[in-house]
Amino acid sequence: MTSAIEIVDLHKYFGELEVLKGIDFEVAEREVVCVIGPSGSGKSTLLRCVNRLEDPTSGTILIEGEDITDPDADVDRLRTRIGMVFQQFNLFPHLDVLRNLTIAQTKVLKRSQDEANEVARAVMERVGLLDKIDEYPIRLSGGQQQRVAIARALAMNPDMMLFDEPTSALDPELIGEVLDVMRGLAHELGMTMLVVTHEMGFARDVADRVVFMDGGVVVEEGTPEEVLADPKTDRARRFLRMVQEK
Amino acid sequence: MALKPRQRRRLIRTLMYVVFVAGFLVTIIVADWARIQRLFFNVDVMQEMLPDVLAIAARNTLVYTAGSFSFGLVLALILALMKLSTITPYRLFATWYIELFRGLPALITIILFGFGLPIAFDGFRLPGGTLVTGSLALGVVAAAYMAETIRAGVLAVPRGQTEAARSLGMSSSRALGSIVLPQAFRIIIPPLTNEFVLLIKDTSLLFVLGTTPLTKELTKFARDFMTTTRNATPLTVAAIVYLLITLPLTYLVRRLERRAAVSR
Repeated sequence: MTSAIEIVDLHKYFGELEVLKGIDFEVAEREVVCVIGPSGSGKSTLLRCVNRLEDPTSGTILIEGEDITDPDADVDRLRTRIGMVFQQFNLFPHLDVLRNLTIAQTKVLKRSQDEANEVARAVMERVGLLDKIDEYPIRLSGGQQQRVAIARALAMNPDMMLFDEPTSALDPELIGEVLDVMRGLAHELGMTMLVVTHEMGFARDVADRVVFMDGGVVVEEGTPEEVLADPKTDRARRFLRMVQEK
Repeated sequence: MALKPRQRRRLIRTLMYVVFVAGFLVTIIVADWARIQRLFFNVDVMQEMLPDVLAIAARNTLVYTAGSFSFGLVLALILALMKLSTITPYRLFATWYIELFRGLPALITIILFGFGLPIAFDGFRLPGGTLVTGSLALGVVAAAYMAETIRAGVLAVPRGQTEAARSLGMSSSRALGSIVLPQAFRIIIPPLTNEFVLLIKDTSLLFVLGTTPLTKELTKFARDFMTTTRNATPLTVAAIVYLLITLPLTYLVRRLERRAAVSR
């Protein structure tokens, strides 16, 4: 069986600075992988390389067997299979929630407006915000905006979802509602998910595998029990101790 | 007698105010109001001007403004995108264009289009008369200013907007057209309206292209009327018509800017 995501020897430079120093790993279909690590370790860059928001300097990334790093790859088409959720939500402020959810459906997937509206209502139901569908993003709380952003990605019927620190910009009391929605995606939909996060509780409960990155390399990976409860390396132990002290 | 600093400040302020009020009053008293009224606010002359100043002159001013603004806006959008491009020749071209036409008097560009091109290209004349030649010339100038405005608007839209659009599978031009530009234009409506007001006034330069009775805009119309009537009232009328158009627009800009400031 082909993996959902397969990353082979990925390197990324920003100018002289090597941010990713040879990353190899896979995400299987229906698997939830959490990437943890200190800031500046390259986790977000890794995630952004997967859908080519950043261009890898070298290496290969296969999306369901198709090479997205190939210069001839139809990146726009591959991206419709990869939902992305950002730290800053990035909802379109000039459109109401419904239009946020339908614009790419109609313009990219060429669905009819009626069909797109129907899908939008279904995914808004899933994130529990159907009653907010006519609001503008500015009128929603941060947690609600992030749930709408998840719904917007889901509306494209992606095969997998990337989450780039989805709760880091939220007030503490709003984090739970977003994590609940993500948990639902994993358990009820069996969604393939690659999540960069600082929420160790979420990683422990939901992840099938945890990847610890530091300094542009994967330092450790394994089940949540192995990596979070019983880290093998000093670096991982230090990081986890620091996070847990918070 | 020594004054304390505070007293001295108050004395200076009072003196300034006295000079201001005195100057104002003297002007009002000394002025020959009957003569001013006859020469600047002459009701007979006003009535004589009345249908044509609105039906022809004001209309032409607005038509020339609309023509140059729409052409200028399209050109400005292209220039702004060139200036934002990663392709160096595009960027250089846009930069030079903007510097060139912002650095020249608009009158030079108008003369260039009206008389320079026919001389250079051996009798080549743009079709469409004052409207087309004038709109092209003023549009070319306005585009230089508006390009910078549009560029600033595009840069004011957060990068995450493009990234979100691209991650949903939109092509870069789709993301620009559906997500970035609509937001950018919302931001720059006030400065673009200002540019529109400037253009209204700049159409008064189009007289150099030569006019017929039907193509005169407000200023030229007023000046010719002044010559035939030997009276300055036409100028007053033109000024009032300009203000009737520009004041509501500047008021609108202020309101839009205030609203934008509140929502931020």
